[in-house]
Amino acid sequence: MQLVLEKRAERSNTIALVSPLIAIGLTIVTMTILFAILGKNPLLALHAYFIAPLTDSYSLQEIAVKATPLVMIAIGLSLCYLANAWNIGAEGQFLIGAVAGSWIAVKTQGTDAGPWVLPAMLVLAAAGGALYALIPAICKVKFGASEILTSLMLVYVADLFLDYLVRGPWRDPHGFNFPTTAEFDPVATVPLLIEGGRLHLGSIIALLVVAAAAILLGRTIKGFEIRVVGAAPRAARFGGFNSNQLVILTFAVSGALAGIAGIIEVAGPVGHLQPGISPGYGFTAIIVAFLGRLNPLGILIAGLFLALTFIGGEQAQIAMKIPLDVTKVFQGILLFYVLACDSLILYRFKLVLPNRQVARGTH
Amino acid sequence: MELIEAIILAVLAASTPLLIAATGELVTERSGVLNLGVEGMMIVGAACGFGGAWLTGSIFIGALFGIVAGALMSLVFALMALGLAVNQVATGLALTILGVGLSGLIGAGFVGERITPAAHLYIPGLTDLPLIGRVLFGEDAFVYFSLALIVGVWWFLYRTRAGLILRACGDNHVSAHALGYPVLRIRTFAVMFGGGCAGLAGAYLPLAYTPFFIPGMTAGRGWIALALVVFSSWRPGRLVVGAYLFGAVTILQLHAQGWGVGIPSQFMSALPYLATVIVLVLLSRARAGGSTAPAALGTVFVPDR
Repeated sequence: MQLVLEKRAERSNTIALVSPLIAIGLTIVTMTILFAILGKNPLLALHAYFIAPLTDSYSLQEIAVKATPLVMIAIGLSLCYLANAWNIGAEGQFLIGAVAGSWIAVKTQGTDAGPWVLPAMLVLAAAGGALYALIPAICKVKFGASEILTSLMLVYVADLFLDYLVRGPWRDPHGFNFPTTAEFDPVATVPLLIEGGRLHLGSIIALLVVAAAAILLGRTIKGFEIRVVGAAPRAARFGGFNSNQLVILTFAVSGALAGIAGIIEVAGPVGHLQPGISPGYGFTAIIVAFLGRLNPLGILIAGLFLALTFIGGEQAQIAMKIPLDVTKVFQGILLFYVLACDSLILYRFKLVLPNRQVARGTH
Repeated sequence: MELIEAIILAVLAASTPLLIAATGELVTERSGVLNLGVEGMMIVGAACGFGGAWLTGSIFIGALFGIVAGALMSLVFALMALGLAVNQVATGLALTILGVGLSGLIGAGFVGERITPAAHLYIPGLTDLPLIGRVLFGEDAFVYFSLALIVGVWWFLYRTRAGLILRACGDNHVSAHALGYPVLRIRTFAVMFGGGCAGLAGAYLPLAYTPFFIPGMTAGRGWIALALVVFSSWRPGRLVVGAYLFGAVTILQLHAQGWGVGIPSQFMSALPYLATVIVLVLLSRARAGGSTAPAALGTVFVPDR
């Protein structure tokens, strides 16, 4: 007896709807086993991961704060992936956006610059992220170089560039030699939504981005083009859609969004530029994009869920000494299950009986 | 003279993990499968390899641990990308994300520990020869093995029937299937060979390159290995040239930092990554006429029965 894959006549909409839930369920089962292997009480660990962060206001706000960059980056990535353009360098675009925006904050430090500073930082961050994303996009369109490899390589370059700035020209002269800029001035800081809380204006921007993406994909011709180029490249060619142009466009948009996410993180929760401003947002956002089925609303929910795992992971580390790497393992396993379950939308399993096999296996 | 010898030795050492990982990926890609998880398999191989050597005190067992760990990781990839027909790019990314987490978890117990690195060959007389002695007769076993491996792969791909069948799967899986070859089984073996090589390449880092394990120590070498396969036009001979060229770039920038060239060290450290981008662009441009990649590379295959 053998289990084989068979293409469905039609994609299964039921499975399309429940597959993220099945994937999360399977991940939790796997994590339970992993916790047991690590010698931790699985029930307590799951509670620390998924329930505890939902029980107090500080953690709830922190989830929204962590979800903000994840959702913004993932929305951009989903446009790329829908158009079959593989931007996996969002982490680098995030860092370059943070650097580009911080430039104004550093240059206006201590001056009486007005309230134009923060908007200018956002614009420059978007431009920086977009330009940085255009490098792999242009290399792909003009020269046919794999955008997967070039965009990923540029992550390391961005990381080193940020490191150079905060250890060299931008280092805080009063910072005891720590590799960081001085704290940004109040005009260069993302305002909080609740006085004394954690929630900041960036979360509102992320929600606007989700709405804009939903309109773009659902209601505009550009959005239609993006979906057709990815799903049916041949039909798109006959339709006269320019796939190269869409690669450039989706990379630029996704770079700009990652860049804005970068400056919001720096000018918001962090407050200054330093190495390690991202716990891998650019890579986790890839999981968010897939878990959210490349759909804006889905991405919003998926972003909140993965933010929960970040916060839960921190709490589990403090409360139960569970290593932080467990969160990364969790995210990796989740992506595997999501992809596996998605496969069942297009295919189904079939049992092939051995006698049939023998009869047909005589070629 | 001493300096030149030292530089050549360092280049060989820096190139070897790239060569081993890229050799494995070359075979995988020649069978038509694009496994982007090389970085993830390497880093898990590094953690398991170091763990094995640290627990048993044997570099050889450490290397075996690395190979098995890499092969197991690639088996997960094969189940997904071949068994469930999932998009290979996405699965490879998932493998890398998972591998980075797993290696941190596995390696957490070994951080800060040291082992005696792999012994170097010593033949009295020969190894003492000036300039070429240590380069030719004073390497560790991994360096010799990596060269034997790439020669073996060349021989397998171009001189054996099995190699021809593997290449056929990579160029046209429908025809290979119609001829009665078990495409998915062949590809699974190719993927696992690639995984074993990536695991070994990762294990080389803590077993021979630096005698300790640090999280994230592969530092993008898996991705550079993937770029090398493109650089090589999927040919073993050019792969050797590419791997040593990249090793040379890595070592030269390190030496340039040491000589105190007035360029910030971060810019020098970025060189191997920038070089990868530039090489990919130049090569892709030169090949604008026609691609040399296996024709079925990265495409999903579900046999109809």
